Amino acid sequence: MAQFLSSVPELMDAGLRGSRLPRGRALALRLAAIVAFLVLWSLLSGAVVVLKLFNPIFLPGPWLVLGSVLDMAVRGPLWIHLAATLERVAMGFGAGAALGVALGLAAGHLTPVRNVVEPLVEVLRPIPPLALLPMFIVWVGIGEASKIGFITYATFFPIFLTTVTGVRQIDPLLVRAAQSLGARGVALFTRVILPAALPDILTGLRLGVALAFFVIVISEFIGAEHGLGYLINDGRNFFLVPQMLGAAVVLGLLGYAGNGLVRLLERRLTRWQHPA
Amino acid sequence: MNAAATRAAALLGALALWAAVAHGNAWLGVVNPVLLPTPGEVGRVGLELAWSGELTRHFLTSLGRVAQGFGLASLAALGLGLLVAMCVPLRLMAEPVIEFVRPIPPLAFLPMFLVWFGLGEASKIAFIGYTTFFPMFVAIAASVLRVDVVLLRAAASLGASRADLVRRVVLPAALPGIVVALRVGVGLALFVIVGAEFMGADAGLGHLIMEGRTFFNPAQIVMGALTLGLLGSLINTLLLTVERRLLRWRAAA
Amino acid sequence: MMARGPKIQIQRVAKSFGAPGRAMPALEEIDLDVAEREFVCLLGPSGCGKSTLLNIVAGFLVPTTGTVLVDGRPVSGPAPERGVVFQEYALFPWLTVTGNVEFGPLLQSRPAADRRRTVDRYLDLVGLSAHADKFPVQLSGGMKQRVAIARALANNPAVILMDEPFGALDAQTREVLQDELSRIQRVEHKTILFVTHSIREAVYLADRVVVMTSVPGRIKQVFPIKLPEVRDRFAHEFTRYESDITRVLREEVAKVRA
Repeated sequence: MAQFLSSVPELMDAGLRGSRLPRGRALALRLAAIVAFLVLWSLLSGAVVVLKLFNPIFLPGPWLVLGSVLDMAVRGPLWIHLAATLERVAMGFGAGAALGVALGLAAGHLTPVRNVVEPLVEVLRPIPPLALLPMFIVWVGIGEASKIGFITYATFFPIFLTTVTGVRQIDPLLVRAAQSLGARGVALFTRVILPAALPDILTGLRLGVALAFFVIVISEFIGAEHGLGYLINDGRNFFLVPQMLGAAVVLGLLGYAGNGLVRLLERRLTRWQHPA
Repeated sequence: MNAAATRAAALLGALALWAAVAHGNAWLGVVNPVLLPTPGEVGRVGLELAWSGELTRHFLTSLGRVAQGFGLASLAALGLGLLVAMCVPLRLMAEPVIEFVRPIPPLAFLPMFLVWFGLGEASKIAFIGYTTFFPMFVAIAASVLRVDVVLLRAAASLGASRADLVRRVVLPAALPGIVVALRVGVGLALFVIVGAEFMGADAGLGHLIMEGRTFFNPAQIVMGALTLGLLGSLINTLLLTVERRLLRWRAAA
Repeated sequence: MMARGPKIQIQRVAKSFGAPGRAMPALEEIDLDVAEREFVCLLGPSGCGKSTLLNIVAGFLVPTTGTVLVDGRPVSGPAPERGVVFQEYALFPWLTVTGNVEFGPLLQSRPAADRRRTVDRYLDLVGLSAHADKFPVQLSGGMKQRVAIARALANNPAVILMDEPFGALDAQTREVLQDELSRIQRVEHKTILFVTHSIREAVYLADRVVVMTSVPGRIKQVFPIKLPEVRDRFAHEFTRYESDITRVLREEVAKVRA
């Protein structure tokens, strides 16, 4: 217990978060943690080799994984797979976002539309999207269309739902104030409702990006000739564990970048929420 | 027409539209009728599967895997989430490692789990555990960190020791966040179990769906998906009920 | 009255915030004694450090220099001898009114019958017996603050520290609660340190009003209030105190603006 909580004075002053560390020390701690993680991983895979616990190809060290990524990058195949995945995500997510935001705005703003669309969404939503992946394959075949269509389907739901919430949560006073200032129809929509719902819409887009990367992997496991998911499954067939882990890390970096991009957009578009 | 009626009409309309399109297609033969099963065909496949006991077997297999994987992960997430949130140095160490691992879509590790744990039950349970652990862990730790310092001060000035603070303030204050984390975890478990059962399983609803694809039986795919949706709704309703019971104090009438 | 020595002794307490080198002084050399059964109001413009001083006495903040003694013993952290009433109420939302009032006695492992009696007595004192089983979300702001006062009293602390307790309430509720607190004090005779920025409230409640300067906080002037226990907000004497203190305080507010 002694070290469990911070000391009582610290706790009373700053709460469970603790007081803010100086920047330099916080950064050093973070770097130390990452280094410790990599060292631990190396030691573990080294121990497997030395002690002959099991076949070392099952747990390659971080350097082997990095090497495999670099090798694929230099020889070129990495870029082909990366481009394939990115293209599918961009197109699928783009379509899902357009559909989700458009329908969400309509359903949020117009009660009749909401009453028609929402029940259907509520019926389909509890079904894990992956369960319908084979349906897409059966319908549109194994090609690009089924993968893109599937991402569109999967990303539609969170984006639609957050957009509806965003529109419905707008303070009615805000709308009344705008109306009393003379805003009507399209102007009311573009100048008040859209900006007020924007933070929620952007949250939905962030969820959508994450989901797109989440589901692209498995649709590339099943019948694809390119893509990072294909690389992973291909690695599994030939026991190329470094390739599997390497492709997973690259996917992580892409997801990270995608999230960062939406966050950047968020900061740009909703500066009024967090003035500097 | 009131809202409830519109909603019911929308559902019935969608069902009618599905039936009309599927039957129309069967009659006109625009595409292979197998591709567009009618509601009746889906129902028949469902009844056949239920009658032979297959549906129950697949259902229980998936449920068992979800329960074990999610159970283990939620215990780990609860213990570690509380510990890491309340111990500042540990938290600072854990944060970057989690940020490093978390953006990787869990399904990207599915083949890894098959390589490591084989095609049996262990790989599926471990994979569900892995997938659900991180989001639950992060959400639980965050809900502990959101505990208002004023409540800690109030309790301490009433004589609470550090153990009292954890037991009587931090835990109850974090409980709503913990319940939400568990609900997210269950949803995620149901999400990925399908994927895990696509790859090398001989039972489970995911396997049932994949079998439908292999034998070109879309009615079976739809049936499997609907069953999964039903399972998800049931679990969610159950958790919401528990939540309302447990958190009566949040919105008491 | 001073025979046993002051109840609270604040000795040369100073506090600055921020990293060493760039520290911003918030409090400068505060010396203040509060006698047993005395009601002292700390009054000052916002940001004058009066809440900081209260938090130091409560043990939530560690002073940069100086010490606080309660009953002659130095303060080293929060303790049940110093009950606190917060502006934000700080009720435990997962506990009923009874559960909140019972919190302190429960921590001291007092027997159930004893706890029951304590809860009944203090809920009766603040007039909330009818709401014993409600949760805080079901109460109005004024009722919440009554629960918080009952919770602090039920723990039988040596002193009570109140940090702008009525600051979040509307004007009417505020006066009602001032009346209540004054009535409770005539029954309970606690030693109270009370932070406020309302001059009226200070004159209405306090035996002594301590006016603080703006940043960094220092004691500017102390006004002993020589009015009867039961006060009349419209009495000539009352308004005289008000205008005297207003004049002193206005200089400080003007300094902040400048």
